[in-house]
Amino acid sequence: MRGLGLAAAIAPIAILATSAGAQFAGGYRYQTGQDLYTHICQGCHMPDGKGATGAGAYPALAGNPKLQSPLYPVLVMLKGQKAMPSFSELSDAQIVEVTGYIRTKLGNNFPGAVTAEQVKALRAQAVRQNALRPG
Amino acid sequence: MRDELPALMSRRSLFSMIGKTAGIAVMYEAMATMAYAADSTFRQPIALTGAPKGSSVLILGAGLAGMVAAYELGKAGYKVQILEYQGRPGGRNWSLYGGDTYTELGGFKQNIEFDKGLYLNPGPWRIPHHHKAILHYCQLLGVQLEPFIQINYAAYVHSTKAFGGKPQRYRSVEADFDGYVAELLAKTVQQDKLDRPVTKEDREILLQALRGWGALDKNYAYVKSEDASNRRGFDHPPGGGLDAMPTPTDPVSLEDMIRGRLWRSIGSSKAYDVQQTMFQPVGGMGMIGKAFGKELGEIIRYNAKVTEIRQDKRGVTATFVDTLKGGAPQTAHADWCVCTIPASVLSQIPINVGAPMKAAIDALPYAASAKVGLQMKRRFWEEDEGIYGGITYTDQPNSMISYPSTDFFKRGKGVLLGAYTFGPNAVEFTAMPPEERIAKAVEYGANIHPQYREEFETGATVAWHRVPWTLGCAGSWTEETRAAHYNDICAIDGRIVMAGEHVSMIPAWQEGAVLSSLDAIGRLHKRIVQG
Ligand SMILES: Cc1cc2nc3c(=O)[nH]c(=O)nc-3n(C[C@H](O)[C@H](O)[C@H](O)COP(=O)(O)OP(=O)(O)OC[C@H]3O[C@@H](n4cnc5c(N)ncnc54)[C@H](O)[C@@H]3O)c2cc1C
Repeated sequence: MRGLGLAAAIAPIAILATSAGAQFAGGYRYQTGQDLYTHICQGCHMPDGKGATGAGAYPALAGNPKLQSPLYPVLVMLKGQKAMPSFSELSDAQIVEVTGYIRTKLGNNFPGAVTAEQVKALRAQAVRQNALRPG
Repeated sequence: MRDELPALMSRRSLFSMIGKTAGIAVMYEAMATMAYAADSTFRQPIALTGAPKGSSVLILGAGLAGMVAAYELGKAGYKVQILEYQGRPGGRNWSLYGGDTYTELGGFKQNIEFDKGLYLNPGPWRIPHHHKAILHYCQLLGVQLEPFIQINYAAYVHSTKAFGGKPQRYRSVEADFDGYVAELLAKTVQQDKLDRPVTKEDREILLQALRGWGALDKNYAYVKSEDASNRRGFDHPPGGGLDAMPTPTDPVSLEDMIRGRLWRSIGSSKAYDVQQTMFQPVGGMGMIGKAFGKELGEIIRYNAKVTEIRQDKRGVTATFVDTLKGGAPQTAHADWCVCTIPASVLSQIPINVGAPMKAAIDALPYAASAKVGLQMKRRFWEEDEGIYGGITYTDQPNSMISYPSTDFFKRGKGVLLGAYTFGPNAVEFTAMPPEERIAKAVEYGANIHPQYREEFETGATVAWHRVPWTLGCAGSWTEETRAAHYNDICAIDGRIVMAGEHVSMIPAWQEGAVLSSLDAIGRLHKRIVQG
């Protein structure tokens, strides 16, 4: 319903409704890898980075061989993956920080790092998240 | 519209006559023909008949989509069975009561300690009057409905950055916004500065409209007046006898109105899906799922975690694990399958559907949302502040406070919705352990209602990315992903069809789940019957 064909027909309402949405849809103020991890990522990947399992599962970041490539987590954050939403609202610097954190903390010790320039170069692939508001 | 009233009335009595004499189905049809029921695509209850003898349908998931499918296909003569991961029916249709326990992903466990009769609706909590399909099933199942108060002019709009952090009544925020906008527009009209030609006569009409809409004075100014106070409230309201004379309030200044940004929240309740009248089931939203579960009884196999879905020329087989008893994986088989497992989970389950449907399942991110319920020792919002139901909006991370739409004037305790968040705020709430979410909701709420500090007793919280059986609140489509995948997720793939809120254009509403199910089983039945 919202934000689609109706938008034109109910323009004044849509403007108000979107601005109400904008109020809640800012970015994230955290800057260090640790702060970003504990205020965002650990919601799903858990404080210890070991993921969790129910009817479906969240993959562990601790000991995850996919993190060998520093660009892998960057792309996942920019594009999202399956049910994981993209986090492309994070800045290049924030993505660098998170990438460093999950590759060298949580029991990991993967060599290498990404730079803000590399993240920037991948921005073209970024997916913008739709800020869904449930009923 | 007004002019049409007599005609409408007579049409309505015509409909009720048709309804009485020819039955509901004919009435719906008559209404639809006269373009009268166009506020919903639900025209009439589905009535499938003529299932081939012995044919069977396996349904995955006992949320609303799955249970509607089981109920209607069963009535049509199919042999139906549901496999459900949880130990209860309803899925996202769910309420938490005192005595319940809830363990989210990561092993964080809550013992809910609400008093008897009090509850939190962690997911769905309101149903608009035009969600006719879900309302139909409430009526059918005997689920009692009561009004849900969406908009309350006595509730607050709050910003930490405006008016010294002092919450403002919704009525004054809306009155000042409407008033000043009307005044500015009236000036433009009077000075003939509208950017399109308007006849002199239309200008007069428009000015009258603006005066009425904005509560302007005779000079088209929005000023302190009885008219304006009739919208925004009085310092001393009109009374009786010697205490009768009202004292009007001062509107805030135009600059404060603009810069305070409180107007951001007054549009929310104008959207189609939250327009009054709204409803809620008496006793908690979960009453719908419970009633459905009771109706279906043994048809639902609980604690069955589906781990694989295979189809071939002869039918569909689901492999599942009994999450209580454990043991070797078991299988369930049927001729056809309606799968309502959320795409977040389904994308991790091996399933042999065609590439387009698989791509659709894998293309759907699930959004964040978190709620916190807070039990208070007394209903201070009613007793001290005259707030009966409705929503207070705030720019703090908890986003809103909602007051119970039931038990008005009752002495004693009540449960507030202390936080209901989306987007980044919800992500941050999700990353906290449950007790911190509750503590934060109390902290933010106390900036609006200082009574919190005295009256808070116990809380409960659900952050949807940590819900073990949905891994998120709802499927978050964009225009691009819909264009690329929506038709593919709706298609019948061999012997499998998908249903659920994520297979609808009303995502994150129960109506979407029900309508998608009705559409899916209608098409499936046709396919089966026509061969
Ligand atoms: C925060 C929030 C607020 C909302 N507000 C409203 C509102 O106010 N009004 C409204 O109408 N709607 C609202 N909704 C939306 C509404 O809850 C959903 O649209 C609807 O309940 C979805 O029904 P469903 O049948 O599609 O999915 P579900 O109810 O999720 O059903 C899917 C079922 O599949 C089961 N399952 C999952 N994995 C497996 C597996 N591997 N094996 C077996 N079973 C499995 C699950 O346990 C679940 O029971 C809200 C939702 C949320 C999260």
